[in-house]
Order: sequence, then structure tokens, then C-alpha cells
Amino acid sequence: MSTTIATEPQAGKGKESRPVVSDRSAAENRLGLKLVAPAVILMLLVTAWPMIQALYLSLFRYRLTAPDDREFIGIDNYVTVLTDSLFWRDTWNTLLIMVVTVAVELVVGFAFAMVMHRIVFARGLMRTSILIPYGIITVVSAFAWQFAFSLNNGFVNSWFSWLPWITADTNWYGDHWPAMFAIMVSEIWKTTPFMALLLLAGLAQVSEDMLEAAKVDGATWWQRLTKVILPNMRAAIMVAVLFRALDAYRIFDNIFVMTRGAQDTESISFLTYRQVIEQMQLGLGSALSVLLFLSVLLLAWLIVKLFKVDLAQARGEG
Amino acid sequence: MAPRSSTRPRGRPTRRRLAGTVATLALASSLLAACGGDGDKPELVWYINPDSGGQAAIAEDCSTDEYTITTQVLPQDASQQRIQLARRLAAKDPEIDLMSLDPPFTAEFADAGFLAPVPQETLQQLEDQGTFQGALDAATWNDELVVFPFWSNTQVLWYRKSFVEKAGIDMSQPVTWEQIIKAASDNGGKIGVQANKYEGYVVWINALIESAGGQILEDASAGVDAKITIQDEPGEVAAKIIEDLASSSAAPSDLSVSNEGTAGSTFGSDQGSFLVNWTYIFHNYDDTAPDVAKDIGYARYPQAVEGEESRPPYGGIGIGVSEYSDQKDLALEAAACLVEPEQQGKNAEMTGNMPASTAGYDYPALADIYPEDLLQLFQESVNAAAPRTVTPYWSDVSSSIQATWHPPATVDSDTPPSSETFIEEILKGRKLL
Repeated sequence: MSTTIATEPQAGKGKESRPVVSDRSAAENRLGLKLVAPAVILMLLVTAWPMIQALYLSLFRYRLTAPDDREFIGIDNYVTVLTDSLFWRDTWNTLLIMVVTVAVELVVGFAFAMVMHRIVFARGLMRTSILIPYGIITVVSAFAWQFAFSLNNGFVNSWFSWLPWITADTNWYGDHWPAMFAIMVSEIWKTTPFMALLLLAGLAQVSEDMLEAAKVDGATWWQRLTKVILPNMRAAIMVAVLFRALDAYRIFDNIFVMTRGAQDTESISFLTYRQVIEQMQLGLGSALSVLLFLSVLLLAWLIVKLFKVDLAQARGEG
Repeated sequence: MAPRSSTRPRGRPTRRRLAGTVATLALASSLLAACGGDGDKPELVWYINPDSGGQAAIAEDCSTDEYTITTQVLPQDASQQRIQLARRLAAKDPEIDLMSLDPPFTAEFADAGFLAPVPQETLQQLEDQGTFQGALDAATWNDELVVFPFWSNTQVLWYRKSFVEKAGIDMSQPVTWEQIIKAASDNGGKIGVQANKYEGYVVWINALIESAGGQILEDASAGVDAKITIQDEPGEVAAKIIEDLASSSAAPSDLSVSNEGTAGSTFGSDQGSFLVNWTYIFHNYDDTAPDVAKDIGYARYPQAVEGEESRPPYGGIGIGVSEYSDQKDLALEAAACLVEPEQQGKNAEMTGNMPASTAGYDYPALADIYPEDLLQLFQESVNAAAPRTVTPYWSDVSSSIQATWHPPATVDSDTPPSSETFIEEILKGRKLL
């Protein structure tokens, strides 16, 4: 008897381990598939089809205003893009904006999350105030910051004139670094609340009991933060970084409104926009779109692999 | 609450829903009927650039018992106007009947087959009303008139009378860029120009090159194989002028982001001295700064080379008729009416955008608004104006120049040759723009 009982679970791990599906659950599965099929087909139509179309178009020299001159050129568009210094300069700009803004947002966003988590007095009001920038449309906030830094009618020059390098005549959009600074400030202001919101969710997952225990053991405030809070919300931090990094890598609105890419402040998305929309170079633009898509995929993969992000755990499934 | 809802007769919500549906349908059909206009009378849709109401007024004037002309406003920025129109026309959108088109994009649209040619009888009308040659040149592609010249704008040199008095310059004689830069620098003035990274900057560069006797490119009909000539001597002269201004104290602090509006503000400030800008500047300060308005003087666009006549920028709007319009014949008829001298005059009166013909300048109200000598200066300048090269690849050429000549503070003697190479590479599709 005992031998038989012992072998049963081992057999369960073998090839024929698939649980026996009853007729009823098989029918339910089939029904389930039928029910999601329309949504899946629709998703394929609106996402996969344009992607395939972009891939196809990227193999042509094709200008919208000269459709008769359309010509198959293989991977020439990719060669042109990848050997052009403009593409690499814009990639550098994009990466720089991504790294700086996400780093600043992480620190400031964490501080905001702590405030939102710990505050007792006027909690709702405080949380709402912190989230207001995120509720504002990016184009609107970009215009607001463009005016703020404007030489003619902005307040930044007069408010900060006590700083030695800022005068009434400081033209923030007249040089590369000041212009990049203005763009990054606008981006950080707009999206820090989003980061704070994601981190707040992580903070809520940290058990109060553990913090209490650490406190009883004599851990200082800094030790509790670095040894208890941060390790326990690692998954939430990594998801926040992943989301914001991918978002920041596709930055467009702020640059479009504030500098239009002048002073070498262009990002990859902006370069793609200019090729497809302004220059109407559908082939070259599609090649750039494909490269942008691949680089976002690569970035996502790198972040997930390097930081060992467990998305399932972040969703509370782990 | 709960018991009441449970005792409600089951048929009522259905009836209520039905009544709601009927009411919604009735409202929707009445709204749709309102959108449809007057019964079967065709509606011609004219896509206009934003203005202060001139085009809408003449659209009403030119509406007849046969058709109504309605207007739809395009974006403020000329490049954005081009993008919106080109994308819709590339998709053969029949909803666009008429469009206000900026001259540099005429060739591109015509080459792509978007524009219906101007009929023979209208050619006679345009000739009879004395349409300026510059306006006709800008509206022609492959020896065919493809756009109805509507208004023609040009730039003149605006100056503050008090400033030139202080600086002691005789403005009755032609002045050069060198002179005005020196006068402004020596007397604490700022010169208003358009040098942001946009089409307006290329307008300035083109005017400087043409004034020095050159051209950005030659043999435009060769398309991507056109001969780029921006590094010839006139290009060097233009680069020198920009370099001199950008490195002098006469350059406003916002030079690299300056456009028509900001340059106007610089001119209206205490440091205002000289300004190159379009015709509407004359009445720009009437309400906001009457003291400035009284202080405005005007002269011919500055010379790039002393003794050589300047060639001011040419701007304006032509009316194109879409090849894909379902009502092309009516649209052509309507366009002929929209460019009649009275309509050009009325538009000029309302918007400050001057007529494209001598007959348009005879519109009586204009003489009340503008001094006689200024109207003459406008006409003389339009006649001498240099349109941007008519090529279907203008937007590539323009963007290449913006990429290599901006910001103005970096312009030096190396700029023209490097921009020539860059434009060639771009036209051949060997580089990204």
C-alpha cells in the first residue's frame, strides 16, 4: 500500500501529468476563447497590422508627395539611419533625458510618496495637490513651462536673478544645456506625481509589523528606510522605474512645444515625427519607427533582466 | 428605496428607453439638418490661414445663389498648414475645395498633382488687374499657373524716427545692413529680425543671398539634382551679415528664438531701432503703444552689398483649387471671384495683407489707412521681391538651411559650404534631416 501511495505523486511529475480536463471545463475553455477572440482580432488589427505595415514601408524610398517615385531599396533606410550622426546624437539626448529625469523623479517621487503615506492631517488635500501636475495635459504643462522660461514674459529669470549665472537677459532656449534643462524641468514636474503614485502603492505593501519590530530592535530611521522599507518595495520601485523609463524614452510633447528640436534638443520620437509628418518620408520614417520600437523593447528587456523585476509580484500575484 | 424599485412595473424602463432613443434620434436629425445648410445648395469649403476676418468676409461676398463658400481655419504655423493640407490631399480628400497656400509650397503641391490648373479665362483676368510678376512667378510650376495670386506680402525696413535722428542716419537714401548694425550698436539699439529655427529665418537668409545677387539653388526643375549655389559669394555675404549682427550688441537677447511677433516687441521696446518685417507692422502698435506708432518710419529693405539694389522677401497667399474636389468647376469659379481686385483690397483693409495686383492697391479704403508713399514702397518692394526658389523640394532645402544656419551665433564663413554639402546629401536621401 505504502509503495503505491509513494509512487503516485512521482508519476504526477512525468509527461502525462496534465490534469484530466472534464468535458464541462473543456467546453468552458472553448467558450472563453470564443469570447476573447473578437478582442484579440481587434487588437491584432489595430496594433500588429500597423507594425507590419511600418516594417514593409521601411524597405522603400517613399515620399507622400511623390508616390510615383516609390522604390524598393531593401535595408538602405536602416543603413542611412544607423550611419547618420543625427540619429546617434538624438539617441544620446533621449537617453540623457531618460536617465536624469527618472533619477530625479525617483528621489522626489519617493519623498512625495512618503508624505502621502505618512501624513495624518489633510491627507486627501495633500494627496490631491501632489497629483495635480499629473492631471494636466503634457502639452499644456509644456506651454506653461515654455512661458515660465521665456526671456520675454517668463518669471524664471526674475525670480532667480539672485543666482550669479541668471540675469534678465538669460535666454534659456538659446543654448543646448539651458534648453535641455528647461525641458527636463517640465518633464520632471509633470511626471513625478505618477512616480509617487506607483511608489505609494509599494509603500502600502510594507508591513507595519516589520517596521515596528525594527524600531523595537533599535534600528535608526535611516536603517529602517534602507534595510526594511526599500528592500520590501523593490518590486514596486523597479516597476515604477520601468514604466517611467519607457515613457521618458519616448519624450515628444515637451520638446515639440518648448524648442521644436532647436539647439540640438531633439529626441528619437521627435526625429521620427519630423521624417514621417514634416518631411513626409514614409520609408525613412518607418525605418526610424521600427528602430524606436526595437530600442524600447531592448530597454524594457534590459531593465527587467538587470534589475530582476518580477512583474507578477508587483501585481500582487507573487 | 429598494422596495419601491422592486415594485416598479417591468415595462416602464423599456418604454422610457424607447422614448429616450426617439428623442435622441430627433435631436440628432435636427442637428444634422442644421449642418447641411440651405437644402441642395452646394457648399465650397475654403481652408484659410488664420487672419483677422478678411478671408471669411470675402468668402461671404463671393457666395452666390449657386454655392456658398465656408471657411475652415488652418494652423497658425505655415509648415503645419502644409502638413495638414498635404496629408489630406495625398489621401485624395474630396472635402477640401479651396485652400490658402503659402508660396514656397506651391511647387510641391503642384508636382504631386494636388492642384487644378488655373483656367485660361482667369489668366486674362489676372493679367488685366495687373497681378505682380513676383506673385505670378511664385504661383507657377512647369510653366503652368496652378494657384490664384491673392495677396502679396513683402518686408520693408521699419525704423524708429527718434532713433535714426539720434544716430544721425539719412534714411532717404538706401541703407546697408552694415550701416544699420553699426548705427544700432553705437547707439544702444537692438535690430529686430526673424532668426528662430523656422521658415521665417530662411526667408531672411534667402533675402540676404538674393540681395547680394545670388540664389540658394539653380535649375530647380531638375528636382533632387538641382544645382545648389549657397556657397557662392552671395552666400558668404549673407553669412557675414548674420555673423556681424549676432556678434554685435545690436543683437537682441532672444535673437535665436526671434520671430515676427518677438521682433515686433523688440522694436516697440525702449531699445527698438530697426526692424525687418511684413507690411502689417505699420498698424501693429496703434492700440497697444500709440507713441511707438507715431515714431515709425519706413524705407526699402536694407542692401546686402552697397550700391546693389536689395531684393526684399516675398510672402503672401495664393488660392489653390483641389484636384480632388467633387466641385472643382464651382471652386475654380469661386477662386476667380476671391482674387478680384475689390476682394484683394477689402482683405488688405481688414488684415493688413496687401493685394497681389496694382488694381487691388486702387481700393479706396487703403489710401485712408496707409500713407501714399508707404503704398508705393509696398508695391515697389513686391516688384523687386525675390520669391524663395520654386522647387517641389523646398521644405527639404529650407529645413536643411535651418539645421545648418541655426543658431545665428554659430554662423561663420564655414556655414555656406557646409550647408551646401548638407542640402545635396539630403536631396539625394543620403542623410537624415
